[in-house]
Amino acid sequence: MKIIDGKNLKFEYVKWNEEGQVESSMKAVDGVNLDIEAGDFIAVLGHNGSGKSTLAKHINAILLPTEGSLYVDGKDTRDESKLWEIRQTAGMVFQNPDNQIIGTIVDEDVGFGPENMGIPKEEIWRRVEKSLKAVGMWEYRSHSPNKLSGGQKQRVAIAGVVAMQPKCIVLDEPTAMLDPNGRKEVIQTVRELNRAEKVTVILITHYMEEVIHADKVIVMDKGKVVMQGTPREIFSRVEALKHYRLDVPQVTLLAHELKQSGVDLPEGILTIEELTQALEKCRSGKKLR
Amino acid sequence: MVLKTEHLNYIYGAGTAFEKQALKDINLDIPENQFIGIIGHTGSGKSTLIQHLNGLIRATSGAIYADGKNIYEDGYDKKTLRSKVGLVFQYPEHQLFETDVFSDVCFGPKNLGLCTEEIEERAREALSQVGLDHSYYRKSPFELSGGQKRRVAIAGILAMHPDVLILDEPTAGLDPRGRDEILDQIEKLQKEQKITVLLVSHSMEDVANYVKRIIVMNKGQVLYDDVPSRVFEHYQELETVGLAAPQVTYVTQTLKSQGWDIDTSVTTIEEAKQAILKALNK
Amino acid sequence: MLRDITLGQYYPASSVLHRLDPRVKLVATLAFIVSLFAFGSVSSYFVATIALAVVIKLSRVPFRFITKGLKAIFILMLITVIFNLFLTPGTPVLEVWKFTITMEGIRTAAFMAIRLIYLIMGSSIMTLTTTPNDLTDGMEKGLGFLKVFHVPVHEIAMMMSIALRFIPILMDETDKIMKAQMARGADFESGNLIQKAKNMVPLLVPLFISAFRRANDLAMAMEARGYHGGEGRTKMHPLEYKKTDKTAYVILLMYLLLMFLTSRYVKIETWLGF
Repeated sequence: MKIIDGKNLKFEYVKWNEEGQVESSMKAVDGVNLDIEAGDFIAVLGHNGSGKSTLAKHINAILLPTEGSLYVDGKDTRDESKLWEIRQTAGMVFQNPDNQIIGTIVDEDVGFGPENMGIPKEEIWRRVEKSLKAVGMWEYRSHSPNKLSGGQKQRVAIAGVVAMQPKCIVLDEPTAMLDPNGRKEVIQTVRELNRAEKVTVILITHYMEEVIHADKVIVMDKGKVVMQGTPREIFSRVEALKHYRLDVPQVTLLAHELKQSGVDLPEGILTIEELTQALEKCRSGKKLR
Repeated sequence: MVLKTEHLNYIYGAGTAFEKQALKDINLDIPENQFIGIIGHTGSGKSTLIQHLNGLIRATSGAIYADGKNIYEDGYDKKTLRSKVGLVFQYPEHQLFETDVFSDVCFGPKNLGLCTEEIEERAREALSQVGLDHSYYRKSPFELSGGQKRRVAIAGILAMHPDVLILDEPTAGLDPRGRDEILDQIEKLQKEQKITVLLVSHSMEDVANYVKRIIVMNKGQVLYDDVPSRVFEHYQELETVGLAAPQVTYVTQTLKSQGWDIDTSVTTIEEAKQAILKALNK
Repeated sequence: MLRDITLGQYYPASSVLHRLDPRVKLVATLAFIVSLFAFGSVSSYFVATIALAVVIKLSRVPFRFITKGLKAIFILMLITVIFNLFLTPGTPVLEVWKFTITMEGIRTAAFMAIRLIYLIMGSSIMTLTTTPNDLTDGMEKGLGFLKVFHVPVHEIAMMMSIALRFIPILMDETDKIMKAQMARGADFESGNLIQKAKNMVPLLVPLFISAFRRANDLAMAMEARGYHGGEGRTKMHPLEYKKTDKTAYVILLMYLLLMFLTSRYVKIETWLGF
């Protein structure tokens, strides 16, 4: 079942001058077709200014397309009467962990979304407990968010979205401001949600290591989708990725370089194990000869 | 300028419930003209350490010598120290405040009490060092991209002509393009100006490509202080403190454990490639 | 670290007082303060002292936390005491140089000191046993009747709780920007007043920008989580009076009555010969 269906999406940032005339305009999203199946883990890659964050904000109806259409779980995002339903269906986690936590205590923050939805008290507490446990932050329920690490704060933010029981979670560069440990925590949490709760995940990032486990990777550049496919398909095109100035994992780059030097390796190596195994094969092949 | 720390200790919140020893017995020599990486995860004390080096935080005990003079001695000129040891904080673009790029870069040299020509000369020079030409001078910092803003902020420190340049995670939050641009520029700067650069990071991969020496911090102490290849030999210990060696180190280490005769002291992709090719051709 | 300062100085513990409805605590604190000023006699202060002691005991907050707030008003208290001590006319007791200390002076000075100390301690207990959020909740519900007069009570309470969340973050940020500008040679200490004000520009401009950026982000995050004002919102901590709250109100009433009666009919002063 399709959960997100976007056709020829366009979004234009228009800058007005003081007389109210159009001074300049910039197409941040330019004719994107989105087609996401429920339960998928989708990664959207692209450098800053590629339009990936603008696209993400459309899914939650924070931004509305200038042209084209976007349906979230069958609901048109331009339909104002469906606005709160859409926001509940597609939750959103942002980049800066400090700027999206509203509550002064962890559990109060997680309850913020359900409170807005007008859910009865008992149900709110049930959901708060469930979502804090799902992200592994239950022990911290009565802490102040200010005393948590970046990764922990992002997990609280994720719990806040999970408590609204969305079908889909959009994460807009949730790891950009975190250290490697925090990054790992967040990605593991998201993967677990996708696996156990069958929540559709749309992860916007510029860290390539984070997309290895995605079902599908979408690469954006200048507001357009320029590459699309499984991680392996994407990573086997090292030159194209370099062209879009994206970071390729070191192992993949190393494999690519070795291949260029004549070593017989398969395309799209993603992990250290894959590379060492492939190299082992090469060596034993040579020995046999 | 040569910096030296001796038995540096720093305890914050002494006497309160939040008391914590942030630095424990730090002994470091920072010579001239060296590119150094400081690595550690959040809370390892690396940010606290660099703030000591230009006198923004005063150590609880121990001493710091700048060109042989103890900076904690009475009458020591902290202002000069701060101009000689330039510190670029994390997300430095958040400190920009002037209406245009050029004036913001002038702020540092102006505080040094230089004459107008000298100030403007330094600002022009610093901006060109970070790759921003005169078309940016009169732009508002807020019209620039994230990477450009950060370069303006770095220029603001460079204009003070520091002998030691310390950068606290200069690539945080930037995309790969912005990251490479900044790191390349810093490397070029280090080579051309022959200044000492301390690059604080939590990414081993970033640091390994550039620096000649790595200081690993953990729980307020110096865990390792050596050339990159020697530091990464301890990749298992690094993992236990929440850090990791570059992926290429793992590749060669795994191959070695599989019985390959291979050089495991590699730190970059190029070195790894050469090592593997050599081992394959044996 | 600035972040360790908890605003509103909540002290986490499990006590009857902590569990009490914030509205009860607000009303009781107010009533206690009023009672100190309305009923000024030795005997009623005796009652107030006992009441305060019992409440402190019940709160399970270490005594030194309760007296912390006193440091801040020490100077104010000293001035009040000195003025009252020397400038109240009446029966002279002692003469110091040009000033006369009177019986009445000692009395008013002592009463003023007690009032101020109890006032601070009483309100400290409230803030120590009530989370800032509960406090805003209490105000929102307690002042709900103002909605009739088009006072945006929910919005004010929401603003207060957001402020509570962001003040420590902005304090941290101030510290950081200050250090960053000091690294560029900025001087925040020397110079005259105008010079000092001017020197604050490099600190204040980035701070404002950061606050706006955060506000913008936060507004978006709140919207994304379905916030659309107080209408149709439920509460995870709905305020409902429980049995203990009702009991607390009864005890409060009894306290006030006792204060009134003692100040009227138990004249310890006359026995002591004041």
